[in-house]
Amino acid sequence: MATTAVVSNNNRWGGGVSPFGASYGKLMMWFFLLSDALTFSGLLVTYGMSRFSHGAFTKGVDLWTASQAYWPIPEKVFTHIPFFHISAPLAFVGLMTFILIMSSVTMVLAVEAGHRMDRAAVQKWMLWTILGGLTFLSCQAWEWTILINGSEKGLTIMEDGVARTIFGANLTENEYGPQLFANLFFVITGFHGTHVLSGVVLNFIIFYKTTIGDYERQGHYEMVEKVGLYWHFVDLVWVFVFTFFYLV
Amino acid sequence: MGAHAHHDHEVKVTVLPPDSAKIRKIWVTCGILAFLTAVEFLLAFTMPRGVWLTAIFVILTFFKTFYIVGEFMHLKHETKVLIWSIILPMSFVVWLITALCVEGDAILVLREWVK
Repeated sequence: MATTAVVSNNNRWGGGVSPFGASYGKLMMWFFLLSDALTFSGLLVTYGMSRFSHGAFTKGVDLWTASQAYWPIPEKVFTHIPFFHISAPLAFVGLMTFILIMSSVTMVLAVEAGHRMDRAAVQKWMLWTILGGLTFLSCQAWEWTILINGSEKGLTIMEDGVARTIFGANLTENEYGPQLFANLFFVITGFHGTHVLSGVVLNFIIFYKTTIGDYERQGHYEMVEKVGLYWHFVDLVWVFVFTFFYLV
Repeated sequence: MGAHAHHDHEVKVTVLPPDSAKIRKIWVTCGILAFLTAVEFLLAFTMPRGVWLTAIFVILTFFKTFYIVGEFMHLKHETKVLIWSIILPMSFVVWLITALCVEGDAILVLREWVK
């Protein structure tokens, strides 16, 4: 009996099996995502702190006008949608959220197809995922452009007794409120956008390697799962950005 | 080595049919995520701003996290030790949030006082 190589359930750390029940690559992806989650936590909590350290506008949402004296109400800042010259608060970010959730779904479907060794289906779902990622990035580019260009009338501020009108938000001026609001917006959505961009690149590599039959020769599509983990994480971060930057 | 390379293009692959139960579950999860987002969106315009609305947003976001990490990232179905090695370090962030929000509030009080 002593010679049989059976590892009992309560001795997972005795050697012979992976105690985490996951491959090395998948485990390391999880730990990388954990560290990345802490980075994003740092950024988002900094946003929370900055918001708490500035006065809030208390006279009601409808009366809000931009001023550097208090923190802006996001739904009053992000009101634009492409092609129509109307005020549609948060509609565009809502759409962006939906696009990213959908691309997460197509990614899970690619993973599911990989489990079945269905090369054509993996290709199809990876292409949809890549398309979702690119659409999201285009939306973000458009939104940045709108915010950087600013409103038509701008915001007039007094500087050493001289009136000056500023237009849009960037890293040195902000039409919509305190400077920190603009800085944190560009840093957080920019850092997230960089993640989406690298996700799209990784997704493309996976798509290419599927197409040339690399994973079929390896006998498994685990790489799709690993990159999938990263892609879902990027989606998850956006869920948090959506709540704490745009909704609250 | 050469013989191995020669065999490469002769891989026999058995493609299994789609697992319809699994695929259904994926779409159900997607529906839940879309629904929760729609609820958040609706509340942003119908409820007055304040502690209650923020609390609801945080709870709904927590639910969305549960579905994305648990189902899409499959963490719910991994071993216990893997689940805890992710959740435990993340739980320390709760303190970071508390500490920095209190700190931010203190800065606000100081700013008003200086004025």
